[in-house]
Amino acid sequence: MRITCPICGERDRREFYYRGAALDRPDPEAGQEAWDDYVYLRDNPAGRTRDLWYHDAGCGSWLVVERDTVSHAILNVALALDADA
Amino acid sequence: MRVAGKGLLDRSSSVPFTFDGVRYAGLEGDTLASALLANDVLLVGRSFKYHRPRGILTAGSEEPNALVTTGRGAGRDPNVRATVQELYEGLEARSQNRWPSLRFDAMAINDLAAPFLGAGFYYKTFMWPRAFWEKIYEPVIRRAAGLGALSGIANADRYERAHAFCDVLIVGAGPAGLMAALVAGRAGADVIVADEDFRPGGRLLAENDSIDGMSGSAWVQGVQSELAAMDNVRLMTRTTVVGAYDQGTYGALERVGHHRAHRPEGLPLECFWRIVAKRTVLAAGALERPVAFRDNDRPGIMMAGAVRAYLNRWGVSPGKAVTVFANSDDGHRTARDLLEAGVHVAGVIDSRPDAPKAADFAVYRGAQVCGSSGRRGLESITIRTLSGEQRVQSDCLAMSGGWNPTLHLTCHMGGRPRWSPDIAAFVPVEGAVPGMVAAGACNGAFSTAACLQEGVRAGREVLSQLGLAAPDVELPVADDAEAGLQPLWAVPGKGRAWLDFQNDVTVKDVNQAAAENFHSVEHMKRYTTQGMATDQGKNSNVGALAVLADATGRSIPETGTTTFRPPYSPVAIAALGAGAQDKGFAPERFTTSHKASVERGAPMIEAGLWYRPSYFPAPGETTWRQSCDREVGMVRQAVGICDVSTLGKIDIQGADAGAFLDFVYANTFSTLKVGRVRYGLMLREDGFVMDDGTTARLGECHYLMTTTTAAAGEVMRHLEHVHQLLRPELDVAFASVTEQWAQFAVAGPKSRALLDSVLDAPLDPVEWPFMACGPVSVMGVNGRLFRISFSGEHAYELAVPARYGDSLFRMLVARAEALGGGPYGMEALNVLRIEKGFITHAEIHGRTTAFDIGMERMVATRKDCIGKVLSQRPGLLDPSRERLVGLRPVGAVKQMVSGAHLFEADAEAVRQNDQGYVTSVCYSPTMGQMLGLGFLKGGPDRYGETVRMVDHLRGIETLCVVVNPVFFDPEGGRVRG
Repeated sequence: MRITCPICGERDRREFYYRGAALDRPDPEAGQEAWDDYVYLRDNPAGRTRDLWYHDAGCGSWLVVERDTVSHAILNVALALDADA
Repeated sequence: MRVAGKGLLDRSSSVPFTFDGVRYAGLEGDTLASALLANDVLLVGRSFKYHRPRGILTAGSEEPNALVTTGRGAGRDPNVRATVQELYEGLEARSQNRWPSLRFDAMAINDLAAPFLGAGFYYKTFMWPRAFWEKIYEPVIRRAAGLGALSGIANADRYERAHAFCDVLIVGAGPAGLMAALVAGRAGADVIVADEDFRPGGRLLAENDSIDGMSGSAWVQGVQSELAAMDNVRLMTRTTVVGAYDQGTYGALERVGHHRAHRPEGLPLECFWRIVAKRTVLAAGALERPVAFRDNDRPGIMMAGAVRAYLNRWGVSPGKAVTVFANSDDGHRTARDLLEAGVHVAGVIDSRPDAPKAADFAVYRGAQVCGSSGRRGLESITIRTLSGEQRVQSDCLAMSGGWNPTLHLTCHMGGRPRWSPDIAAFVPVEGAVPGMVAAGACNGAFSTAACLQEGVRAGREVLSQLGLAAPDVELPVADDAEAGLQPLWAVPGKGRAWLDFQNDVTVKDVNQAAAENFHSVEHMKRYTTQGMATDQGKNSNVGALAVLADATGRSIPETGTTTFRPPYSPVAIAALGAGAQDKGFAPERFTTSHKASVERGAPMIEAGLWYRPSYFPAPGETTWRQSCDREVGMVRQAVGICDVSTLGKIDIQGADAGAFLDFVYANTFSTLKVGRVRYGLMLREDGFVMDDGTTARLGECHYLMTTTTAAAGEVMRHLEHVHQLLRPELDVAFASVTEQWAQFAVAGPKSRALLDSVLDAPLDPVEWPFMACGPVSVMGVNGRLFRISFSGEHAYELAVPARYGDSLFRMLVARAEALGGGPYGMEALNVLRIEKGFITHAEIHGRTTAFDIGMERMVATRKDCIGKVLSQRPGLLDPSRERLVGLRPVGAVKQMVSGAHLFEADAEAVRQNDQGYVTSVCYSPTMGQMLGLGFLKGGPDRYGETVRMVDHLRGIETLCVVVNPVFFDPEGGRVRG
């Protein structure tokens, strides 16, 4: 698997650390349900996902990677700093 | 036997080798298989289950029968395919799975018991008594059925791994692959051509065809020299592409040393490649499939394509009177090649009623071979025609049931092949692997002309995808005849007709699976073990599928296919794990005091990737406890030195650094004064403790965070995550400086006296209270001093740039020794912190909260921070939770064990009564007894209560009193003094 880091270019997935779904952190007052969703509940889609990868052995950027869990195609990679997550 | 005038070998050479201890000679360019056939050795192995005599079936990596063991001692290599193993001087090969000898195998008795040993036999027979399975059935079965054995000695051979990148990867150097390589190479693309054979050319070396008026091998040589002259083309022989992975990544195994009599020092046996290709042309060819008929596994019965390969490439005829059994024109082609070489053809049995006739040999049209006989090799075959059955004397039968495209790699990413009725075979589906284009025989185009044409087409296609202009390439003139195949899978009749030669699966077995309702191909496969041997059913899967389709009344495409997974052919674990044995498994990190510690005889223990001294043995000390007790006493009474550089150090700078720390720590750091240090607790977003450590404020906008040794990487990632995703607006940046600073704890009542002797200015006690920090000058070197303590003593940590670490450590230790102290290791460090009730990751193990460790008041109420919201959940603040306590033994038994569980003193020690567990224990020389830290339901509410500690594993029970976890100096007078 290869991920194209916007800063470093195309690299082997072994350079990256996988975190999980790219979600927006709720407001502290958002209530238990929103926080439960954020911390514990995950979709397991057959298809498009947006998840967070960290370029650990590279530039140290957090990336929002859009990929397809069925075809394994990587559809988009963006810096988390630029993304809306 | 060799045939005069045929073959692509050096006839003047002589390569001696042995098989089962007998000396033979072959020629340069031989495989072990061709050399054995040249020496008329037909019997080369015994089958897996029935121990039937077996000979060489194929001439390639798909070989199911001719598996041998090569080498000796640690270099012994089992299950080597004789058809792949190149001959070299002194090669020692031995047959497998036979006792006492290949010619007389006692286990051949299994063959007589065959009626009882069919599909599902094990499942039905060895059900009971249950206890018999492990002790009797399994060992007996394992001894009777099997392949070669490993030596049991550690493998001393070198293996390597390597990476390569290219524009175009071409898998296979037959006619299609070579044409694609010419097209892509001439266009200037960066090309890798990988071929599993040691000589490129594929079937062009095995057939008697001409290309552009020259022999196939001559044409190949021309192309090869043109490719060799191109800097942008790399031709890798002996390299099998074994797997296709995401984003154009391929795994390939290169056999580097298997063909050499003497390997130069350092040359690996194999190299595992990861090749990343922008585009790939799959030109892997096709594999011929056998026809199932009674006793079709007798030595002497071979694939027709293999017979032609041995004849045309290796100048060997596998028999003196050869018969051919085919369902296409490949039968005639085989007979013609043999006749031209002067080999007697005893007849061609062509299953097609309308098969062409021939002038030079007998053709049995519309006939089938329905049996074979011979003791250890083929002596005659039985032919069934419309007019009845007849026997024909023959010592070699060349059979062909058609060809299956080698499309395995196209299925490695979930692609399913498509059935092509025209050639009665599966063909790849376009786009099954992104970036891969199939060409030639693996794409169902079998004639030489079609392969050449497809190679050009595929080359052009990938070039246009890469945006490169395709050069003009003239198509060579070659044979383009269709084979005119009419499907024939199994010849009906009594007896056993083999499908999977390596796992001994017959037509009967598949029919039985179908009769027992294993209709799905995946079920049939597992029930019969069809295709589950090391050859993965390369020449038998489609045939078995056809038999299953017939037995279940479905078409072949309706029946489906099994799933091809990597690797295409076997890969040694040693190759996959190359470089990762022993020290190669993980990097080692050494502190600057490593050398000095080792010199003092300190045993080094792993802490993550770091190595830290366990203890420093003094003369006369024979156990670690003696050293540890002495080191603890040294710190409590004089001064000790300990390297703490392995703790993560993160330099944090920026106008918003304080605000940032307030958000990542549960407690507040923006209010910390410059020149002061504060203990910080970091939570995960779920409210549980992530890590702890001290953070110093070095300047208005400059902090230095420390993390625990093990969590340094995790915390760094976490800080970047919080900044980049959650607080991008904050002006803050971080850098890990763990390796830039060597840092030493100087702990004990004499620590200030020691420091005064190495610092350029003495420490003013007023300016250096507990938790102060600041720059210092250490014999002219700019360093940093922190008055912090993990031992409860008056202590400091002194940091200098790492290049001074070795020298400073030695100096500190020498000065400490002059004051009655010395260095201390991890054991003493652990005792010192347990005596003070300080936590480590033994306590903050991921399931404890700030509340559990008694630090709930550190979670600031007036700000948001990571983990704040969920840490306030009622369930996490319930006083009855398991909370941190200290434990002291009070009964007759004084021993404590971490990992033991806690129970009420009079309750039965069963799970339902569990009250908590012990996380850390030590013998405290200071208190003169064992001490423990643990988590107990209700925790601090139960001080004074006696509980029972039970270690079920070691059978230890100790009565303990529950106490405050700070055992020593609870007022903290020593640390402030």
